[in-house]
Amino acid sequence: NMAASRAAVVGSLFWKCGSCSTGTFLICTNVNTQLLSRQICATPAMRRKNLAAAGPQKFTEEFIKKQVEEFNIGKRHLANMMDEDPQTFTQEDIDRSISYLFPSGLFDKRARPVMKHPDQVFPRQTAVQWGEDGRPFHYLFYTGKQSYYSLMHVSMAVLHSLAGSRWLLKEELEESLVENISDHDFARFIQLIERLVALPYGAAEEEFVLGYRRQLEVQSSKQEIQPLQYDQKGVAYSTADGRRKMSTASVTLKDSGSGKFTINGMDQLHYFPVLQDREQLLFPLHFARMLGRFDVDSSVTGGGRSAQAGALRLAISRALLSFLPEGQVEDMRQAGLLTPDPRVKERKKPGQEGARKKFTWKKR
Amino acid sequence: MAAGFVTKAFRGLRWPRLPAALVSCSGHAYGTAAAAETAALPTLHESTDDTENLLRLSLNQPDFFRLSEIFNLKDLFNARVHLGHKKGCRHRLMEPYLFGSRLDVDIIDLEQTVEHLRLALNFTAHVAFCGGVILFVSRRRQFSHLVESMAKECGEYAHTRYWQGGLLTNAHIQYGTGVRLPDLVVFLSTLNNVFQQHVAVRDAAKMNIPTVGVVDSNCNPSLITYPVPGNDDTPAAMELYCRLFKMTINRAKDKRKQLELLRGLGSSAGPL
Repeated sequence: NMAASRAAVVGSLFWKCGSCSTGTFLICTNVNTQLLSRQICATPAMRRKNLAAAGPQKFTEEFIKKQVEEFNIGKRHLANMMDEDPQTFTQEDIDRSISYLFPSGLFDKRARPVMKHPDQVFPRQTAVQWGEDGRPFHYLFYTGKQSYYSLMHVSMAVLHSLAGSRWLLKEELEESLVENISDHDFARFIQLIERLVALPYGAAEEEFVLGYRRQLEVQSSKQEIQPLQYDQKGVAYSTADGRRKMSTASVTLKDSGSGKFTINGMDQLHYFPVLQDREQLLFPLHFARMLGRFDVDSSVTGGGRSAQAGALRLAISRALLSFLPEGQVEDMRQAGLLTPDPRVKERKKPGQEGARKKFTWKKR
Repeated sequence: MAAGFVTKAFRGLRWPRLPAALVSCSGHAYGTAAAAETAALPTLHESTDDTENLLRLSLNQPDFFRLSEIFNLKDLFNARVHLGHKKGCRHRLMEPYLFGSRLDVDIIDLEQTVEHLRLALNFTAHVAFCGGVILFVSRRRQFSHLVESMAKECGEYAHTRYWQGGLLTNAHIQYGTGVRLPDLVVFLSTLNNVFQQHVAVRDAAKMNIPTVGVVDSNCNPSLITYPVPGNDDTPAAMELYCRLFKMTINRAKDKRKQLELLRGLGSSAGPL
């Protein structure tokens, strides 16, 4: 009697097999119905071809939601049929009830009737990634791997915020914690916080991490700039030295001049007949845009033609620092005007002709 | 005299491309040209007539979005857009766009750049106005973060990563059936990391997708629909381009919303 009534109700139940899917699914996107809806094909050959062309099925959010609602309604009906409480009806109870109501002698478990939650039946990855008008939801959709590349993007943002800063030193940490810390402890702390930054979505902890970073000082602030000196007439002047290879130069820059340039008592045009050397001398003044402003009085000894020009250039740049505004000092440093050239003549080694040249190699 | 020359060149460059603007605005870029012709107008939340009217309205005036106010030659110069590569790296087809070379460095003619950039921005604005999908492509790692952030802020799409072969040409298998391809591809640098032309230039040309591209003096401008001769290496220049594209797209989208609201108000007040 009870079995009969249950069987009658079963006809209205909506259930799905585990492996096969009924062929009348309609994926409801208005624009794309012409491409995605399954056609009811006449011949088996056409049916096979269509299945291949369509690829893996895609289901919209609304479709999945509808399936979930129907599943819940079905679950309540099933609970009522089995005279059990619909509120406390678990998946095990569902499986038990279905195997009772639809006894199956099939050997393959996947072929037997099954009633499962749609999330377990429809795989999650095949969600449609674009809206009604066809525009994808994610801004990196066209890369193919949207989640991975969006992760890279976020990590890059974290990297940018950390650039130009360094981890705080052991002394600074001791100051902030007012405790003694050993080198080992400090190393462990730095290791831990580096791992935190390296983790995905470390950007979320940005504030915490930035609290332990200190800004890197601009290198040029370490440069010592001599203050300007004034002679009897009130004209500003500055002196500086420079060295390159085996020559040393000493330069005095006088303000409010006419661009005169004296080296060892001679004019620069006579002392350096080659254009390249004169260009080297003028480069610092040209870079600072103060070409006609200064009178330069200099002396140089030792080295060759090129070395003397390089030594003078370094001396002029150093002397010029006192006349420059704040920001330009860093520009000069980055232009390479303030770096002394470390190249000197390499020594000759025994067993060789020169520093690098070897004696003639004889095979026998 | 200079103004007359500019307007003549403007007209000469402009008219052959209007049909392209109409075709691209009228539907999604499907896999085949045949499908594109038979595709319906975008089924947005308004009827076909309204869309056509808006389209006609936008195409009636030469500078519908008033993009000539956004930038001028001085801005381009300050952003160092005129600096090209060395004379040895010069591409033969870029010679018409170069002013000359100074100390072995090629100088790009900024007057031509201004014209080309106006055309390109106008076209981008029209595509954004019609609700088209715009894809920003650049393979310069220095600026990939900037380009991606800019695309996110506009509401458009970006691809500054390794380009897998079939992304445009094999889209239905790579992404799934029914995917909508971009309606416009904007190249902020046409070269990839090994100084060869980016694969997307050729692929977009194969798929009939119009392209806008910033071409430097070592790039090939032939396959790009709207080339913009300019520097693609300096951060200042790249930031300028990103700012300009973002402003155009936002302007176009705002204008669209404004016109739709007006239409909505007009149609609701109609029967009265």
